[in-house]
Amino acid sequence: MSEQTLISVRDLSVHFGLRGGGFGEKPVVRAVEGVDLEIAAGSFFGLVGESGSGKTTLGRALLRAVPITRGDVTYDDGEVTYDLTAIEKTELKDYRKRAQLIFQDPYAALSPRMTVRDIIAEPLEVMGLTKTREETDERVREIAEKCRLNLEHLRRFPHAFSGGQRQRISIARALVSRPRFIVADESVAALDVSIQADVLNLLKSIQQEMGLTFLFISHDLSVVAHICDHVAVMYLGRLVETAPTRELFTSPRHPYTKALLSAIPSLDPDDRGKAQKLEGEIPSPTNPPPGCKFQTRCPVAIDICRKQEPKLDHTGNHHNVACHRWKELLEAPAG
Amino acid sequence: MNRLLDVNNLTLQFDTDEGRITAVDDVSFTLEAGKVMGLVGESGSGKSVTAKALMKLNPDNAVYGDDTKIALHLEDGPVDVMSLQTSTDLKIIRGGAISMIFQEPMASFAPAITIGDQMVEQLQIHTDMTTKKAREVSIEMLDRVGISDASTRFKQFAFELSGGMRQRAMIAMALSTKPKLLIADEPTTALDVTIQAQVIDLMKDLVAEFGMGIIFITHDLGVIAQTADSVAVMYLGRLVEQGPVREVIRKPAHPYTKGLIAALPQLDDLDVPLTPIPGDIPSPLERPPGCVFNTRCSVAIEGLCSREVPRFTQIAKNHQAACHLYTEEAVK
Repeated sequence: MSEQTLISVRDLSVHFGLRGGGFGEKPVVRAVEGVDLEIAAGSFFGLVGESGSGKTTLGRALLRAVPITRGDVTYDDGEVTYDLTAIEKTELKDYRKRAQLIFQDPYAALSPRMTVRDIIAEPLEVMGLTKTREETDERVREIAEKCRLNLEHLRRFPHAFSGGQRQRISIARALVSRPRFIVADESVAALDVSIQADVLNLLKSIQQEMGLTFLFISHDLSVVAHICDHVAVMYLGRLVETAPTRELFTSPRHPYTKALLSAIPSLDPDDRGKAQKLEGEIPSPTNPPPGCKFQTRCPVAIDICRKQEPKLDHTGNHHNVACHRWKELLEAPAG
Repeated sequence: MNRLLDVNNLTLQFDTDEGRITAVDDVSFTLEAGKVMGLVGESGSGKSVTAKALMKLNPDNAVYGDDTKIALHLEDGPVDVMSLQTSTDLKIIRGGAISMIFQEPMASFAPAITIGDQMVEQLQIHTDMTTKKAREVSIEMLDRVGISDASTRFKQFAFELSGGMRQRAMIAMALSTKPKLLIADEPTTALDVTIQAQVIDLMKDLVAEFGMGIIFITHDLGVIAQTADSVAVMYLGRLVEQGPVREVIRKPAHPYTKGLIAALPQLDDLDVPLTPIPGDIPSPLERPPGCVFNTRCSVAIEGLCSREVPRFTQIAKNHQAACHLYTEEAVK
């Protein structure tokens, strides 16, 4: 796998203005704030966080599906380079072929009035990627086979399919334009456990076979741990920690990451009560606390955390953490 | 041990345009007071329908089997749930002896009535409290479930509360009538993992304090491992395995339970490949004959599992599985 960077993000912010709020300043949702990130070509990059952390917005920003407020996003696949903040209309059209999204809900994402063949073929027709119907059919069949859908399936309508099969149809639709970069937003969250494993294995094998780069957005750390090779943790619009998967799960540095890992219900009934509990809830992104965004819930927050926002600090081993106290806590873990 | 609930041969079918479909098939279990039973299953397994049957909350097209018996043991003697017909009779169980909390608390509160008014209303239906007393009790309950500034929250609407807060308010409301049995249907599924941990803790404290029995419905075996005393696993309307939580999770006997555990991504070993259960859950309209799991089972016995419904066999103390691998027919 090449070490080339496919997506590089510098100081990215996405703000949304809210309507109303009476006189004076309109409230602004700072969904993503000052994010630096590099996604290597060919990687399976995980983005985790709770609701309101900004993970979906960050994913959409990388697809140029939301307006970027500040910062730079560069896409470079070796063939073309795009600066997503200043991309022109014709370039954006081309970028849409190269970057695709797989949605969460396989029930809402597929039109009930189209056959599976038409659903998968639509992106090809809209983007004008094929010239004849035969060519379209050929492309559809090829990708359908990769997603384990047979010719019989292609003739049917989505209602005839189970959740797992529908998600395979969504995947085929996203992949038919032969993209390089895929954003998968909670793509297995709506599936049953026995089916989820199947879809995860499929994504992974397709990624390797087609040499794709994935941004895999999820709230489920155990899923991310199994499928991704690199993980970034978000909290209230900021990246708090990024590291190779194994490194992150074996030696988390940020108190938030530690708490998240500890909150996952263990399958061992004798682990009861061992989880380290976080108090309170994630603050509103319209009114984030000063200093470190996690300070209101952090068990080890001190004075500086309430005043100054920590920067993402390199700790070695491709591991970055945004915490004033990571070094200190490393020496005295009890804090 | 105080027996709280006996469910015997619960069978429940629905009349639909496509014919009569079986949602729950011959399910029996018991629950002691002060214990938590986890009811696990994937979509379409019949776990929610089973729980709703305990309060006869299923819609009018539900047809109960003739041998279905549900007995709820209260202080004044057992209540035969199946025989309750009128809404006055049903009040004894609905919101009285049995309370239920749901997955999506936003959908469970009336949007245009304050949290407080809803709590007071249900207290006055089930008890003879004065409005003033009911208000006091409600605020006390909100405080008990960890809602800060309870008297302000009492006057707010559901949309003004965060997700975790709403679920706490839901729990406060469900427990204010001091039910004997609490049915929790995926109560933490819509919550973030750090909030889920808080709610699970709260529920454990409340069991210890109030001593009610809980039926905890979830698809998440990890949540079960952290909360339940016993587990019942359902698949396509049938109970396939039940037993103490440690037994079932550490030594699962039924191939479906084994498959579920193997499909679960676990954090302690990242190298284990995820093993899906092959195939899809069949539609309830196409229930397979014999063992309901035989179409996806990798160890199904040719000519037996697709024909005969397996009986429950004792695996260990209180641990049973309904699988031909353990029945005499197969051993022969």
